[in-house]
Amino acid sequence: MSTRLPTGGRLIDRTAKIAFTFNGKRLQGHPGDTLASALLASGQTILGRSFKYHRPRGVVASGAEEPNALVNLGRGPTHEPNQRATVTELFDGLTATSQNHWPSLEWDIGEVNAALARFLPAGFYYKTFIHPRPFWKHVFEPFIRQSAGLGKAPDPKHQDPDRYEHFYAHTDVVIAGGGIAGLQAALEAGRAGATVILCEQTAHWGGRAPVDGVEIDGQPAEDWINDTVQALEGMENVHLRLRTMVAGVYDHGYVIAYERVTDHAPDPDAPRHRLWRIRAGRIIAATGALERPLSFPGNDKPRVMLASAMRDYLVNWGVSPGDRTVVVTNNDDAYRTALAIKAAGLDVPCIVDARETADGPLVQEARARGIRVLTGMGIANVKGLRGVVAVQLGRQAGEGTVVEDVVCDAVAMSGGWSPVVHLWSHCGGKLSWDAAGAFFRPDPDRPPTNQHGEGFVVCAGAADGALHASETLENASTTARKTLASIGKLAPDAAVSKATAAAEAPLAPVWIMPQGAGPKKRAKMWLDFQNDVKVSDVQLAAREGYESVEHTKRYTTLGMATDQGKLSNINGLAVLADALGEDIPRVGTTTFRPPYTPISMGAIAGEARGAIFQPLRRTPIHGWHEANGAHWEPVGHWRRPYCFPRKGESHRDAVNREITATRTSLGLLDASTLGKIVVKGPDAGRFLDMLYTNMMSTLKPGKCRYGLMCSENGFLMDDGVVARLDEDTFLCHTTTGGADRIHAHMEDWLQTEWWDWKVYTANVTEQWAQIAVVGPKARAVLDKLGADIDLSDAALPFMAWAEGRIGGIDARVFRISFSGELSFEVAVPASLGRAFWDKLLEAGAEFGATPYGTEALHVMRAEKGFIMIGDETDGTVIPQDLGLDWAISKKKDDYLGKRAQERAHMTDPARWKLVGLETLDGSVLPDGSYALAEGVNENGQGNTQGRVTSTYYSPTLGRGIAMGLVLNGPDRMGEVITFNTTKKTVKGEAPKTVQARIVSPVFYDPEGEKQNV
Amino acid sequence: MLVLTCPYCGVAACETELAPGGEAHLKRFGPGSSDEDFEAYLFLRPNVKGVHFERWRHAMGCGKWFLAARDTATLEVFGTYRAQTSAPPPEIVAAIQAKRPDWSLT
Repeated sequence: MSTRLPTGGRLIDRTAKIAFTFNGKRLQGHPGDTLASALLASGQTILGRSFKYHRPRGVVASGAEEPNALVNLGRGPTHEPNQRATVTELFDGLTATSQNHWPSLEWDIGEVNAALARFLPAGFYYKTFIHPRPFWKHVFEPFIRQSAGLGKAPDPKHQDPDRYEHFYAHTDVVIAGGGIAGLQAALEAGRAGATVILCEQTAHWGGRAPVDGVEIDGQPAEDWINDTVQALEGMENVHLRLRTMVAGVYDHGYVIAYERVTDHAPDPDAPRHRLWRIRAGRIIAATGALERPLSFPGNDKPRVMLASAMRDYLVNWGVSPGDRTVVVTNNDDAYRTALAIKAAGLDVPCIVDARETADGPLVQEARARGIRVLTGMGIANVKGLRGVVAVQLGRQAGEGTVVEDVVCDAVAMSGGWSPVVHLWSHCGGKLSWDAAGAFFRPDPDRPPTNQHGEGFVVCAGAADGALHASETLENASTTARKTLASIGKLAPDAAVSKATAAAEAPLAPVWIMPQGAGPKKRAKMWLDFQNDVKVSDVQLAAREGYESVEHTKRYTTLGMATDQGKLSNINGLAVLADALGEDIPRVGTTTFRPPYTPISMGAIAGEARGAIFQPLRRTPIHGWHEANGAHWEPVGHWRRPYCFPRKGESHRDAVNREITATRTSLGLLDASTLGKIVVKGPDAGRFLDMLYTNMMSTLKPGKCRYGLMCSENGFLMDDGVVARLDEDTFLCHTTTGGADRIHAHMEDWLQTEWWDWKVYTANVTEQWAQIAVVGPKARAVLDKLGADIDLSDAALPFMAWAEGRIGGIDARVFRISFSGELSFEVAVPASLGRAFWDKLLEAGAEFGATPYGTEALHVMRAEKGFIMIGDETDGTVIPQDLGLDWAISKKKDDYLGKRAQERAHMTDPARWKLVGLETLDGSVLPDGSYALAEGVNENGQGNTQGRVTSTYYSPTLGRGIAMGLVLNGPDRMGEVITFNTTKKTVKGEAPKTVQARIVSPVFYDPEGEKQNV
Repeated sequence: MLVLTCPYCGVAACETELAPGGEAHLKRFGPGSSDEDFEAYLFLRPNVKGVHFERWRHAMGCGKWFLAARDTATLEVFGTYRAQTSAPPPEIVAAIQAKRPDWSLT
């Protein structure tokens, strides 16, 4: 049983108690506990199940690298899976459940997978479920999905009730890690007058030093830590942040930090997480080092822990993981754990040291305390089903023949330490192999570089390989001073405190224990605990020809679990290198990618959710639409009314009513979203001649012309009506979604190609409200409002515009039509848009004035055969495909897209061209249907000869109408072709199709008599 | 997340303020040009690893297009300059050569 010791625990407050639940069981802990320490103190050693074999797993680590103790936290809307118990601070009312097991944590049916482990080697899924092909989709995948996956996804019905936010900061230096190295670096930076943000991912300053018995200037490390933090708090230029992890380093000094603001003390008035988006001159990664496990058979069993973690639980939280603990190691540091266990009054039956000799000061001290030290030995087997009851020892140099059984209930293991080089590596910092310490360390000659070509990340202290406390402070100080000097911040000379700790003899690299273990034992040596990757899997991958570490990773899933290989990637690399007969540095590491540990999706989203996910653009008439029951359609950042359904009316009925009212009397459309760009200057006409396919420079002031705009690649990108306001000034209308894009397009060519042309552009879309007054009564209602403009057909013919006052409001009237009806588009100053709309409704009441939405607009334009950008065009369509040759000037030498349209593929007569389509049965063709052709293509798919681009029910004609692009379409008028449908195919019958006749795309008023009245 | 200084407004702009525009100093080929020239102008980009001249627009700032000389591999920025030029100005060439002595504008 793990238990709480009667004394000790530097981080907990024994005078107070906190209640929490685990799998419904009510348990207690103390303030300062993590969930892991509280669970261990409560005797809970099995915390979860592994991913593949569902093996029982307990806590192995004490920090961010924990691979096993992942739990579901909270319930209902606050439920969150895969939370590491080791970094979850306990709070009153915390609710946790274990994951990846069924039916219970103690008895799991998936455990049978472990018995089948021999048949589930690396790449098993790839190899096994390939044939027969249909089985993957229908049999294998559903089965695997059911039993796979860690944790439970939050219920999509729940909205996350918590708040998240982003902070932005600019600073000279970001320091990641608040251990003694980070504090020392901050001290130097603070004294040098640099602005500093110091982030520590845990709730405490000082890192491991207090646990490891380090002394600084002859005093316990804790005293120096407290003094230093106090000194830093007194510096205005230094900003200290606990519970804040530097998650990633990006190009040019961009840093993301993740602050868990209220995870430890839920508070509805504060944000839960905060994402810091920092631009830093330099980043000092004082991120310490992580202990490696040893790969011996049974090293994954509950109560086999890292030696450092066991020391943490003893010293920090007063928790003993067992009464009799065997320590197994290849280094001196783990002896500190043995001594700590002894000091707590518990037993260490023996220390199993893989080295042939061990005689450092710590070893001598252990011996002096009466601990049996066995050198040249290893663990050959761990006995126990759901924990440890004994270990069997064998010679490390041998094959694992058991020479002794040692009864124990816990194992502390240490395979040495690896510097945390993640932040160094995120932007491409290179590593070098330190053979003496058996770890990768930052290569100072190959740092990640910034915009000035300078290294902008450094590692300090243990992260730089200065693992021993006596080197750590000195290293941090030197590194920080050098880094600060590179940004012109000189720290005044000050004595660096002297840290001391017992000296350590070198470790002996041990990647497999015992080194000569046979296949059976190697299949019980875990490398990746969460994903169940063993020594045997990596060796198999090597035998099967995987040489690249990146490929091996993906094949075996080594390091792909939620801990991302923090615990044992180096062990895995070493095993692979050994299997390949290569040196470790030649095999190299996998890529370190941000974030360092997982961060919440909520923090990434920040405030961008709900109504402020993205800005909503509103027309001046938006309020009226909202008050009158508009059914909305998002168009770009705008929201436009799709239709205005009346009480009890379906959307389709509303659309039909709006169309009929407009065609027979009077409809009103809020067209304010239409892009409006003013193009002005002596060269404006010349410029527009280049932008549009047609000739704009010959347009007379007072007239309008429909224009097409193509990309330099020849494809149609936008269309709209251009009005010439005066000799020097044009007003270009664009599509609703196109205004910003087209304005940018204009500026691109003006600024970077024709910069000597005298043209100025301005996007005035939002300066105007624009209302289309449409229908046979359009002129009548404007006359009734009182216009000082002659609106008669003679004075203001089709495609003309005029300026004046209507209903007392300054207005521009464009005689243009997108519906085929008599139509005036009236633009008034935005501030008067709503007033003008109200006047039109009032004056139009006697004509049954009917506001209509985008769907009625679409149907009416389709009835007239007018194209719509985005329906008839998709970035592969040229104007010639759409029968728009009339709008392409033959006189111009050049326009954007002209050269491209001369290419062979563009002039190919076999391009699909625009036609109208009428179903024989009057039905509406399915959107996106393809016209079927004879035969099959080289992939065995049926050939096609065209596709539907727009399709609607036309209330005017009482039938379905469509437009589409069809092979040789314009030459095939009257021909009937067959389209596929989405209707379900009845077994044994041919797929359902629908037949349509090729007709002119102009279904309504082909002579244009209605608009020319 | 690059930082490029806009030569018009002087702002050291974060990438989120900028819109990329591909390679700079392309010579436009219009009607009358050969298929080869037009293809090269429209499509063929050397996609260099190393010194690269490119177009950026300070889209969320002053709205101006400018050009940048940048190393695509190390992300080092040698300088930014106005877009109204058909070749990199001498001071930009000098700045590049100061850092990359073997490089020349060919």
